Amino acid sequence: MSKLYSGAEIVFKSLEDQDVEFIFGYPGGAVLPIYDELKNHSSIKHILVRHEQGAGHAAEGYARSSGKPGVVLVTSGPGATNVVTALTDAYMDSVPLVCISGQVPTHLIGTDAFQECDTTGITRPCTKHNWLVKDIKDLSKILHEAFRVATTGRPGPVLVDIPKDIQFAKTNYSKPKKEKKLNEKINNKFSQKEIDELIELISKAKKPVVYTGGGVINSGPEASKSLREFIRLIGFPITSTLQGLGAFPGDDNQFIGMLGMHGTYEANNAMHDCDLLINIGARFDDRITGKIDEFSPNSKKVHIDIDPSSINKIIKVDLAIVGDVNQVIQATIKKLNNKQNGLRDSNKQKISKWWEQISKWRTKDSLGFVNSDKTIKPQHAVKRLYELTKNQDTFITTEVGQHQMWAAQHYKFNKPNRWMTSGGLGTMGYGLPAAVGVQIAHPDKLVIDIAGEASILMTMQEMSTAVQYNLPIKIFILNNQYMGMVRQWQELLHEKNYSESYSEALPDFVKLAEAYGCKGIKADNPSELDSKIKEMVDHNGPVIFDCHVDPNENCFPMIPSGKPHNQMILGPNDKEENKITEKGKALV
Amino acid sequence: MAKPKSAYSIPTKVGKLDTHIFVVWVDNEAGVLARVVGLFSGRGYNIESLAVAEIDQTKNISRITIVTTGTPQVIDQIKLQLKKLVPVHKVADFKREDKKVIFKEMALLKIIGDKKKIEKCLKACKTFNPVILDKTKQSAVIQITALRREIDKMSKKLKSLGLISASRTGAIAMTRGAEVFK
Repeated sequence: MSKLYSGAEIVFKSLEDQDVEFIFGYPGGAVLPIYDELKNHSSIKHILVRHEQGAGHAAEGYARSSGKPGVVLVTSGPGATNVVTALTDAYMDSVPLVCISGQVPTHLIGTDAFQECDTTGITRPCTKHNWLVKDIKDLSKILHEAFRVATTGRPGPVLVDIPKDIQFAKTNYSKPKKEKKLNEKINNKFSQKEIDELIELISKAKKPVVYTGGGVINSGPEASKSLREFIRLIGFPITSTLQGLGAFPGDDNQFIGMLGMHGTYEANNAMHDCDLLINIGARFDDRITGKIDEFSPNSKKVHIDIDPSSINKIIKVDLAIVGDVNQVIQATIKKLNNKQNGLRDSNKQKISKWWEQISKWRTKDSLGFVNSDKTIKPQHAVKRLYELTKNQDTFITTEVGQHQMWAAQHYKFNKPNRWMTSGGLGTMGYGLPAAVGVQIAHPDKLVIDIAGEASILMTMQEMSTAVQYNLPIKIFILNNQYMGMVRQWQELLHEKNYSESYSEALPDFVKLAEAYGCKGIKADNPSELDSKIKEMVDHNGPVIFDCHVDPNENCFPMIPSGKPHNQMILGPNDKEENKITEKGKALV
Repeated sequence: MAKPKSAYSIPTKVGKLDTHIFVVWVDNEAGVLARVVGLFSGRGYNIESLAVAEIDQTKNISRITIVTTGTPQVIDQIKLQLKKLVPVHKVADFKREDKKVIFKEMALLKIIGDKKKIEKCLKACKTFNPVILDKTKQSAVIQITALRREIDKMSKKLKSLGLISASRTGAIAMTRGAEVFK
């Protein structure tokens, strides 16, 4: 009992007690005692990345695909500052991360020592909480607390900064407290009255829509099951945010596609015209709402969220239910089933006209595009990738930009935790390291990063990590030689002044792949696309797929800045509405 | 209407601004004030005044009083965001006009002048519990407690009577009656 452990030993004992299997990290002076201890703990495997940002995103990919917290280990100074982007990304997208950083010895803190920085100061706004461990006696308690804060309530990143002398110092180890004390920061105290009100609204609605977000995914796989049962029961149309994709089957008839800036025509019009809007685990992000004043003007709004500060932040709602998504839905289903007077039928009757309207909107085929047999259209590439991989359990990560939106539009997800993308922060370079983390969590599954050639160059170095650990990730680059989304905005809003959005000197990605020791495939003709995708999928090892696509393609539909949902720009199939400069544009 | 060229929406009309006083009970630990203040600066809320001190040494609790202005929606957000911080135990917020709550600020006023002038100053401060903390032949330090705008007024008024320097605290608050905020 009274055995003394060093700080470094305590770090690993805590990680073991928290059931950590993998750490993503990069060594350096101020964490050497912890790295020295690594060899004594065989249950924990360390994944050596090539840049600390990569460690952070890999841990995010691991966490989002497995539901377990991701653990990051970095050194002081540049190690810590490099991980800031990933921490902020995790903070915005509610991903549980525990980042352990080394710090200079306590007596040197504040002296501008070598590789010293104010890590807790820098990471304060991008973590749920952080700690600087000043006393070895606090270490085990803080580490357990860190895991608790990261994983409970609305999940998020935390950071524990451990000075080097604390890693050497010795003390007793204390195990995590087993008792499930309800913390005041966890808000799951919704009332039956609120559920009754929700059911009342559901039974009255004539034009309802359910809008789900990442909160459903974060609530666990059970929440997705509950959601499916709930939606079937009430028969409402359902749309999803970027982060919520996969909670409800993407190929289901009740699913009307993603909403928001690049959402479908039917989803956005349903949001605008509905009389009941049920938000489950989403946060009314500005890419979703468009113009606030004209957001869903005639609807009663319900918001179910575990984070009370998400409620009424942007959109005022009529009924707020603060609680865990799964538990709220379960309580609602239970109550609905108890009501024997057949809400099932009567309600579906009431909304049949609404479904007719939605079917009309669907005929617009807003995700349509003009295909070509000469150049590969990026949408076509994603569609083919989906068709050729949908028969297996595939995990998709993305970078940020046009390719990300095309992936969200054209790849259909049937299960939660299969879609990892940087939504809130919009971090280019997220997808490759995230794919590394996903593949670590699911070694036998197919993991594909749908990428852009500009994004991928931001964290390209992590290919080396993939090769080192034999991670057969597939990097599917939609190469249009532009920062496509920037180019699109410049075309539509800045008089085609393509300022600095063209990459003049791109690498030969096939040779680059070979230089990293993996396989490179290049495709620039639609006729060879399928066979090359198959070649990529069948290759047992990491692949970089350089898919040359039409550089002039834009991502439609699109709600331009400051416009409401019913003023979308549609694609080239809908020419008369495809002019942003004309008045009454795209008004339907 | 100017054509929007931004990737973001255009700001819409701003609601009516109210002044609120937040009282925040926090663990007295390193960096806790930075967390609270950082929340305000990071999210663009303003701080009119701030007062912090430890109030419970055994439990290690500090009480932070913040005066801020914002639309009802922003005030709501501030409260909910504060509650999310790990070292925050509870948050109370009061409208400045709230009659059930006492708000007070303290000021130390240094007056330079002869006895007559100092007498005049004291007289002027009569309703604000003036206490003389230091006195010489040609100077005095007077402590008063009052509301913010009363102190504003006094410091203007006393300028002509030899007020040379004023030091002020932020507002602190306490509910009236036997009730305790939980």
